[in-house]
Amino acid sequence: MVTEPRPLNVLWLQSAGCGGCTVALLGAESPGLATALEGAGIHLLWHPALSEAGGREVIALLEACLDGSIALDVLCLEGALLRGPNGSGRFHLLAGTGLPMTDWVGRLAGVARYTVAVGTCAAYGGVSAAGGNETDACGLQYDGDILGGLLGDGYRSGAELPVINIAGCPTHPGWVLETLLALKQDEFFAGDLDPLGRPRFYTEHLVHHGCPRNEYYEFKASAREPSQLGCLMENLGCLGTQALADCNLRLWHGEGSCLRGGFACINCTAPGFEEPGHTFTETPKVAGIPTGLPTDMPKAWFVALASLSKSATPNRVRRNAVADHTVVPPTQHRTRMK
Amino acid sequence: MSRLLVGPFNRAEGDLEVALEISGGAVREARVNAPLYRGFERILLGKSPHDALVIAPRICGICSVAQSTAAALALADCMGLEPTANGRRARNIVLASESLLDHLTHFYLFFMPDFARADYARQAWHAATATRFRAMTGSARDPFLAARAGFLHLLGLVAGKWPHTLAIQPGGTSATVTAAERLRLLGIVREFRQHLEGFLFGGAAAEFAALDGVAALDRWRAAAGAQGDVRRFLELAAALELERVGRSRLALFSYGAYPEDGGATFTRGVWRDGQAATLDVAAITEDVSHSWSGSGAPLAPAAGRTVPDADKPGAYSWCKAPRLAGQPAETGALARQVVSGHLLARDLVIREGSNVRSRVVGRLLEAAQLLLLIERWVGEIRPNEPFNRTGMLPEEGAGVGLVEAARGGLGHWLSVRKGRIAGYQIVAPTTWNFSPRDAAGVPGPLEQALVGTASTAAEPSVAIHHVVRSYDPCMVCTVH
Repeated sequence: MVTEPRPLNVLWLQSAGCGGCTVALLGAESPGLATALEGAGIHLLWHPALSEAGGREVIALLEACLDGSIALDVLCLEGALLRGPNGSGRFHLLAGTGLPMTDWVGRLAGVARYTVAVGTCAAYGGVSAAGGNETDACGLQYDGDILGGLLGDGYRSGAELPVINIAGCPTHPGWVLETLLALKQDEFFAGDLDPLGRPRFYTEHLVHHGCPRNEYYEFKASAREPSQLGCLMENLGCLGTQALADCNLRLWHGEGSCLRGGFACINCTAPGFEEPGHTFTETPKVAGIPTGLPTDMPKAWFVALASLSKSATPNRVRRNAVADHTVVPPTQHRTRMK
Repeated sequence: MSRLLVGPFNRAEGDLEVALEISGGAVREARVNAPLYRGFERILLGKSPHDALVIAPRICGICSVAQSTAAALALADCMGLEPTANGRRARNIVLASESLLDHLTHFYLFFMPDFARADYARQAWHAATATRFRAMTGSARDPFLAARAGFLHLLGLVAGKWPHTLAIQPGGTSATVTAAERLRLLGIVREFRQHLEGFLFGGAAAEFAALDGVAALDRWRAAAGAQGDVRRFLELAAALELERVGRSRLALFSYGAYPEDGGATFTRGVWRDGQAATLDVAAITEDVSHSWSGSGAPLAPAAGRTVPDADKPGAYSWCKAPRLAGQPAETGALARQVVSGHLLARDLVIREGSNVRSRVVGRLLEAAQLLLLIERWVGEIRPNEPFNRTGMLPEEGAGVGLVEAARGGLGHWLSVRKGRIAGYQIVAPTTWNFSPRDAAGVPGPLEQALVGTASTAAEPSVAIHHVVRSYDPCMVCTVH
């Protein structure tokens, strides 16, 4: 007799974040969220936005996870952890419990088979840790790009894995669902994580891959103002050639990406993206040359190629780059055999 | 008198705790606690003012565009910049789409599941209602989420992504719409309307949007053979007399929303004691007497400060207490529709005030209107005209951005010194609705609305859930 495998129990908690990763997840499509989870045998024990249970029932559920009477397969945390003020964790006391969220998360991570940081706040601190970080916000296992965070660099979940960081602000629904599906199928191993603990399947790409502005990039034909069609790297702060993510390959809502919306990639999957050291939408330059180079590109070659391609820029590309709709269409080549 | 602490109060955006004093089977006093502090107003200090367009939307995953828009308007005000006509249309489309999605997400995922609770197991309507609306498993969920995901393609096209777009700019939008995309957008809106006219409105959205009073609403509800989840809610509201639950007679205000050539689509104003009046924005202050987020006398937001102190005596929430001319006030879709003169919304409020039923009807009424407005604004886009214009930000200056988020009036007060942000104060809709007591001891709107709600002292009654969720709280905005 074949027995149905036990569902994968997922507990979802939120701390210092905006809830946007959940909002994004609700937009999952083909398959939709519910179908994807149920079809794979993934059971949401509790989710703050979706579950009927509240109050004491939830506290009882958390206790049951802690004492092992409910198997906690996956602990998903959305939002950063607030260690302040003065290490007390009192900037977020979980409602109804009077206890710091850092305390709940620390104990639950101790019994979880997998611990997953959903979004850059939970992974590294993210925007919650911006400015002077007065709340002492950090991620589950990172404080910015420094290992440690709430759980410490030596933390391993029940399955002997460090925290899985599904970084992104917000994180793409596909990244979350594919990670959970891989966990359900016992197909996720330490080697599937990149050096910052993110699933490699989406960080082995650059945001630049699939950018519809690639021809403008090739010729360094740059937009000067928002809404113009040109490349956003030279003037408008775009980090797409440095940011690790596949968002121009798997689009948002089947249609979009930051670049397609006409605005810069701000490298939101990376620790520390929240404090770039310059205005987000202005490219820092030295002697007119952007200081941030495309990933893996030697500087001398970049400068040489940029100058060469600028001088080779077709009139069409140069003019369209500073227009907000195509003003010079491409020429139709004759392909019929003469 | 016995005390009942309710939390985590879920199916709200963010963390919420409600402390109730109960005697004689009803709530006598309520204290609403936002138990999380986030500190965005302090994060923004010292940054380039343009960075507000990146940081502010990340206050909230569900009203992200409203935060973007408020930031863009504050910057534009500081620059003296007006958006292009296309930019204004595109911003209206994006903001209205977010509000529409929020109203529907609230209805299907946050609010209606409470009618499936076991508390109602003995009601004749319970089995069918639970089958349709039960959290996580109700039959309404999948068609709603599928229609929602389809409609999100519109935001993919006009905003790049949602939440946390940077497309909303002080002078318009960074996203542009080509002629072909405009036609696709029309298709997306019409498809969504078709879905909602099927399972939600059970008929033309325009017909529901045009209802001119409670009598018309009753006739609409009773129409022969009529279906749809709005009617299902109205039947439940009638069976449970939800117009008597969570009542409030506070002033209702709206900053006005969706500018067009002839002015705001939904007008600015205040509704007080059955009368429409002008909204005096200068009369807004934030009281911090019971908040851990500051100290001292109430201040106008332009002069406001946020200084967290978790040990402050007498405080019980991170939420500040905004007051309009010294009094608490309610904001939200119902307020917006009443202020803007919608006949059904006004009739509801004149007859029965703000309550669980009228707050939910206000949201549905607005959803029907937004659906039609978005289609109109898409039709008005001129693909070959500019979407954006830029301006110069002064080294010294100030600006205010007032918008209507799904949940009500949202304000950003910016001041710039030496080219950097010197002050940034945010007053969010739920900060108004879920405010704690002020220095005079006057409770906030939810705290007042909960008083008198029937409940045992052992467990919160389901009515308490209805009252709290009827405001569609967004706690992450509240504690920015």
